[in-house]
Amino acid sequence: MNKHKIVIEPGTENSNYWKDLWNYRGLFYFLAWRDILVRYKQTAIGILWSVLRPALTIFVMWFIGWLFDSKIPDGVPRILLVCAATLPWQFFSTAFSETSNSLIANSNLLTKVYFPRLIVPASTVIVCLIDFFISFVILVIVMIYTHYVPDIKILLLPLFLLLALVISMGTGLYIAALNVKYRDFRYIIPFVVQFGLYISPVAFSSDYVYNHPRLPQAVKYLYSLNPMVGVIDGFRWCILGGKTMLYMPGFLISVTISILFLFIGISYFRKMEKSFADII
Amino acid sequence: MSKAIITVENLSKSYILKHQHKERYATLRDVLSNKAKNLFTANNKATALSEEFWALNNISFEINQGDRVGIIGRNGAGKSTLLKVLSRIVTPTKGRITIEGRIASLLEVGTGFHPELSGRENIFLNGSILGMTKTEIKNKFDEIVAFAEVEKFLDTPVKRYSSGMYVRLAFAVAAHLDPEILIVDEVLAVGDAAFQKKCLGKMKDVSEAGRTVLFVSHNMEAIQKLCTKGILLQKGRLLEQGPIDSIVMKYLEAYASSVSTYDISLPENYNTIQGYAYQLKVEDKNGNPVSEIPIGESWQVRVSFKLNKHTPHFIIGLGVSTVFDFPLRTTWIKPGDYEKGDYEVVFKNDDIILTDGQYKLIVGLSTEKIPFHYVEEAGYITISDVSSLTGETQLVNTKSGIFINQMKTSVTKIAD
Repeated sequence: MNKHKIVIEPGTENSNYWKDLWNYRGLFYFLAWRDILVRYKQTAIGILWSVLRPALTIFVMWFIGWLFDSKIPDGVPRILLVCAATLPWQFFSTAFSETSNSLIANSNLLTKVYFPRLIVPASTVIVCLIDFFISFVILVIVMIYTHYVPDIKILLLPLFLLLALVISMGTGLYIAALNVKYRDFRYIIPFVVQFGLYISPVAFSSDYVYNHPRLPQAVKYLYSLNPMVGVIDGFRWCILGGKTMLYMPGFLISVTISILFLFIGISYFRKMEKSFADII
Repeated sequence: MSKAIITVENLSKSYILKHQHKERYATLRDVLSNKAKNLFTANNKATALSEEFWALNNISFEINQGDRVGIIGRNGAGKSTLLKVLSRIVTPTKGRITIEGRIASLLEVGTGFHPELSGRENIFLNGSILGMTKTEIKNKFDEIVAFAEVEKFLDTPVKRYSSGMYVRLAFAVAAHLDPEILIVDEVLAVGDAAFQKKCLGKMKDVSEAGRTVLFVSHNMEAIQKLCTKGILLQKGRLLEQGPIDSIVMKYLEAYASSVSTYDISLPENYNTIQGYAYQLKVEDKNGNPVSEIPIGESWQVRVSFKLNKHTPHFIIGLGVSTVFDFPLRTTWIKPGDYEKGDYEVVFKNDDIILTDGQYKLIVGLSTEKIPFHYVEEAGYITISDVSSLTGETQLVNTKSGIFINQMKTSVTKIAD
């Protein structure tokens, strides 16, 4: 007779999980809103940090590439090449580390109110996405500076952004759930992010790896197992109007891996979700 | 004829207590090293170190629509666990609960309040965390602000609020929740007396509007005022349920324990704070621990405490109150500078004669007038009605008042 009938039993799957998630969209919105409001409270330059941090990374990456004279495709300004890679990388690294820590950061909520726990990491990703859009200003400035006019391919950019979102969400959810039980991940995450910056083609072009004469083919496939390689190549391909190549087999591996990550991430998260309040 | 709105059948919740770790959370290293150990030891003895603890044990009850139910029990009886299971925060180990209605739970005042956000922003945030929609919050916004009495500070970050303002705002949001079932954990124990009264009044309004309320508190007076039915829990089991008055009496009787020594639970940060009280003993006039004092006998309370460092202007105080939290008397030692170490203090009562019954003992420690350890229920003292009163202080009637001592009287004839 009542539409709000709830049955609580051990072990049963909540059949209304996705409906519940939808019902709690208000909370999702408010948590994201809170994180945005709080992010740069009591800082002198506020939102400028969203631009300054990637800008500094771009500068350093450009400098390293320039110093070692890493090979880049002809007719492409190095700064633009680095910029097109750093922005998605920065998005991934903040989204990945913040989602991984999101449950612990909100442990007071987890132990005091009920809501589908997926809301917490999801709202965190949204905040990082907004940061990404703000930092996009840098790309526009660099384009103007280098007199670079993108072609129609740039319209495909959202697809690659979606891919980056899928990767950070998938890995982030998995690590977030693990982090509740094993705080070791608090120390592993910064390490992974730092390591990833050097093995992903940020300061150099992935052509360099794929066309390397001495690397065996197996290593090249192994290299594309890093899903961020696909995202960064995709970003460059869109922004530089096809002047860089998109290594198709590698890209397809990236996409498959990302979707697999998302699937594993969500299912592991769902499995562990019920015990979060007990063990956090 | 009202219908069951919450049905709880054979509910149990167990936790595994692990004795080998002190950390709350396992680390990967522990798991790996334990796994490795188990590989090499034929008998897996690791299980002997873990113990199953039943926080809730086979509980069944029904709550009808419009019931106001007080859940009573000592610390660790399972009250909070029960509320958490009902609120879907933790899942039960066994059993089944059916809830028919929109449920909101208030297990803490100000859940999710963010210190950097303004009062206005926190109202929206907290409201949505407690399950209100944006329009609901907007409609009630003015009411909430008026109730909390913080109009002037709406745009100030709550980290600049006084603790009183903070609590008022937090409770105001919670008080304007509008669910069919409201679950409230000990949240009234905050704020000043006037505001507590206001909160109780508000809660009563809410519950009289036909809503179902589940309420946990140690404050028996509040429970009796607010609730119609009671559930008494003891060590995870349901001991008794029924009309609130009889349940409260049962609880108070069960409390008339045969205990004379109370171990005070240590504060979380006991190592870093100035010091803490850790034991309370009820003794007769000769210093022998007793569980009951015959009415009229003098008694004393011995409190052991530890100071972690040199403590200037140190004061320890003992409060006596009725079980309904009405304060009767507070005694403080003379302030002084104390060195680090373990101490005992004796509070001796040989003047006031309390009537038979049970009284709560409260202990507080402070330095430079700033309290650093305060224990609401440090122990109990039970005065038995076995009278030893003779002569001048002869007992007239134990129901004549809390204090039995007779005033000095004299009768003079002033006219014919």
